Amino acid sequence: MGLNGLTIAVPRGALMGETLDLLDTLGVDTAEVRANDRRLLFGEVGIVTMRPSDVPTYVEAGAADLGITGKDVLAEQTEREVYELADLGYGRCVMVFATVAGDDPAAEALRRLGVMRIATKYPRIAAAYFERTGRQAEIVEVKGSVELAPLTGLADGIVDLTATGTTLKENGLVIREEITVATARLIANPVAHKLKAAEIDELLARIRDAA
Amino acid sequence: MIDPIPSGTRDVLPDEMREIRAITEKLRGVFDARGYGEVATPALEYESTLARGDAAAAEPAYRLFDEQGNVLVLRSDMTIPIARVVATRYATSAPPLRFCYFAHAYRSVRPQRGQAREMLQAGIELVGAPGPDGTIEAIELLCEVLDSVGLDSYRVGLGDASLYPALLDVLGVPAAARAPILNELVARDFVGLEREIEGLGLADEASDLLLRVPQLRGGPEVLELPSGPAADVVGRLKRLHERFSRDVAERIIFDLGLSRSLGYYTGAIFEVYDGALGVPLGGGGRYDDLLARFGRELPAAGWALNVERLHIALVGEGERGERWG
Repeated sequence: MGLNGLTIAVPRGALMGETLDLLDTLGVDTAEVRANDRRLLFGEVGIVTMRPSDVPTYVEAGAADLGITGKDVLAEQTEREVYELADLGYGRCVMVFATVAGDDPAAEALRRLGVMRIATKYPRIAAAYFERTGRQAEIVEVKGSVELAPLTGLADGIVDLTATGTTLKENGLVIREEITVATARLIANPVAHKLKAAEIDELLARIRDAA
Repeated sequence: MIDPIPSGTRDVLPDEMREIRAITEKLRGVFDARGYGEVATPALEYESTLARGDAAAAEPAYRLFDEQGNVLVLRSDMTIPIARVVATRYATSAPPLRFCYFAHAYRSVRPQRGQAREMLQAGIELVGAPGPDGTIEAIELLCEVLDSVGLDSYRVGLGDASLYPALLDVLGVPAAARAPILNELVARDFVGLEREIEGLGLADEASDLLLRVPQLRGGPEVLELPSGPAADVVGRLKRLHERFSRDVAERIIFDLGLSRSLGYYTGAIFEVYDGALGVPLGGGGRYDDLLARFGRELPAAGWALNVERLHIALVGEGERGERWG
């Protein structure tokens, strides 16, 4: 039981609770992880915790055999050489295109200026989306509180991930388009996927049963 | 004053060079003993030459113009240059031809990823030796050189580039639907693969096979599972397995989902893994159509090891100072 001797990168933040719940059902003792907010490495149970966007980096390098992170992170880092093994179903969020309520200022900018300025933490997803839908967009990358950008005139609209839409609403923004749905994914290092095939497959089967 | 060098490139100083040389000298010794003659080719080739071998091989390379306006590129591997050499300089020689090389290859990198723009490759090309004999010789030589440098716990993942296309053929998957499926496979995205396969509306059994086969990897027992549609290709892997020496057979992980990014592979493909490193140390395979594109119709197989990664794996395995240096 447990992780079959494998190591797993666990995302801190919104996905952490359900990820630890899943690990519990697999027989991993996550009490220490839950009790300890500052410690990052829990070698005795094979868990290392980090920002969700760092999970593919550690797994690609083999610093962890497995990892759990959102599809939004993987879609933004498509060139990472990791196996995407399973859709874990939880952590459901929607990637949306939003602007301030009322007349759509992005459409207005596109019509009069030929290009709309879009603020986002996901520059590659946003650029690909507007390219795919045939609109010229100038992507402005910000690191946090994307909702601020259209309120201050930095951008005409935003592309961001939302679970409930509450933060958008509180900032007077409305969803104009839904781009894609993101859920938590299990990923694996390509070398571990071969060298520890039996351990990974057995764990994967138990994860599928638990889901 | 500090003059920077391009990201992904590096200077090699005597301490490191001594260790790299210790590795390459051992490899050279094995190549010599097995009759593989060392060749060197220019780092610059005409773009049209590389593109003839494989469109993807020419794409990410570094381009420049010569004095006449011809487009030159830095080679991204040694297989295509050696295919050119065989067709032009050995046009009438009787096969098989055996070559080895130690050469730098060039790839483009993503920023801030710690990827190498320039990498030292050591490899062989065995031209005019069809499978299974040629494949066995190439893989046994690969294991012999890895043993010679004292790499302890490596494994060779072995699959076949024609396996999945054959499966799609037999199950009657329309040509238009194949590109997205193969893309998910190359991207190693089994969630996406499942979505694409379900979209085909095949019978449950066929969908299950398409999804399950690329996830099969392990000992020879994985070759027992997918009977039926992929039988020819799996049979070919089985025959290889029966003929490997015991030491080599123990190193093999059969991997029915293995795919390699270069487009010229036609049959067996393989990659080298070591627990000390999260990325493959190298790989290769059969490319029975490539030489014909340069005017000599000869089957061929070859492989390349990334010498710097091999060095890291050796250090990681804790062999440093014991076996060399």
